[in-house]
Amino acid sequence: MYLVEKIHKRFGKGPEILKGVTLEIEPNKTTVLVGPSGSGKTTLLRCINLLELPDSGVVDLNGARCEFGNGKKYGRNSTQIRDVREKTGMVFQNFNLFPHKTVLGNIIEGPTQVLGTPKDQAVEEARELLRKVGLLEKENAYPAELSGGQQQRIAIARALAMKPELLLFDEPTSALDPELEVEVLNLIRQLVEEKRTIVIVTHKMSFAREIADQMVFFCDGDILKKGSYEELQNSGIPRVTQFLNMLQ
Amino acid sequence: MFDLGLREIQLMQKAFFPMLIRGIQYTIPLSLVSFAFGIVLAVLTALAIINRVPVARQIARVYVWIFRGTPLLVQLFIVFWGICSPLGISKWAAAVIAFSLNVGAYAAETIRAAILSIPQGQWEAGYAVSMSYSKVFRRIIAPQAAKVSIPPLMNTFISLVKDTSLASTIMIGEMFRRAQEFAASSFEYFWMYVEVAFIYLIFCSILNGVQKLLEKKLRVGM
Repeated sequence: MYLVEKIHKRFGKGPEILKGVTLEIEPNKTTVLVGPSGSGKTTLLRCINLLELPDSGVVDLNGARCEFGNGKKYGRNSTQIRDVREKTGMVFQNFNLFPHKTVLGNIIEGPTQVLGTPKDQAVEEARELLRKVGLLEKENAYPAELSGGQQQRIAIARALAMKPELLLFDEPTSALDPELEVEVLNLIRQLVEEKRTIVIVTHKMSFAREIADQMVFFCDGDILKKGSYEELQNSGIPRVTQFLNMLQ
Repeated sequence: MFDLGLREIQLMQKAFFPMLIRGIQYTIPLSLVSFAFGIVLAVLTALAIINRVPVARQIARVYVWIFRGTPLLVQLFIVFWGICSPLGISKWAAAVIAFSLNVGAYAAETIRAAILSIPQGQWEAGYAVSMSYSKVFRRIIAPQAAKVSIPPLMNTFISLVKDTSLASTIMIGEMFRRAQEFAASSFEYFWMYVEVAFIYLIFCSILNGVQKLLEKKLRVGM
């Protein structure tokens, strides 16, 4: 079971971005976080793998558990935090590939450095993933030589290489041209069909509707409504229905 | 005094190799060793400041403030006459200590800026695959920051090579000291110093070439 519970987060002295969010993420399902900009969905996603540390609350990913608040502190290298991160794979809006490493180097970095996978095996698995994302011929290219869509597919392969239980996508196509977007969306569709556990933040409402098992509508730092797309649309909450209709 | 006759040419011929050898024997090793220590110090200083390590950060800031704010020659004199000489520590150690501390203070700011120039997303991408802080730093951030910092660090190194001539003032017989000796014994000040300047120029030209090679080597992918 994957659970974040009563997550509070503010940055410095700013307003509270997350106001006690509790969300259960169902295994083998796709959870889509939607809502207006600044509502806290990306911050919540980043709290799931602890790239942001909550001020208080609990993150429990199938037993990898971190509790925050009441003076509880974790060092940035603590094993608890790294256990949580090992269960998750993250795909960023801006890809964040390592520019000084080849495609293959990007993908095997985590397995060889963190999981202790022997290099030969890691390379073999990386090629398998490259085949899956359709970029086998690019294994020796550097990120700068690839299109945005290709870079994001490599970033997805890099996340998969860690064999994560939970895949997190933070607006994975927002930095892409519509033309390049398609190849990334298709790859995500494929992962959804494989029944992986996925949490995705996106503004692409038609895509969200298509892949979501559960839609979560964020507003002002908390979940306003969750359910299927139809449930959200028929919720009768003006803020939700307006948003969905606007982005149709 | 600017006449370049047979006597001057002969004097310069006689002086060239002795000066060059002193350069190779002393100037270059002194520069290399001081630079190596200086860089280590600079990385530690930069990390202490960036990571806001308690106490170490304050020490780092004061260190950079003092060593950038006082003349190298004065630093050298304080380290040699004030500390090393009374304690019986050799002039070589004094020179290395003073040059390293000076280079460390300047390079710390270069390295700090280079590390901060690497996008936060690179750290996050490393953390996201569960790498530790030190692994992310060594494998992801440092190689990228090194590339950024090569031109300014080579500036620092080239300055250092020339600044080692100050070691002549604490009786180290490096290249400039040798030039002074030739000048004093022959009364041929102008051409002797022009000659030693020329040898420094050769050394620094070689470093320019090294810089180009390094930049080319590290350009991959970026």
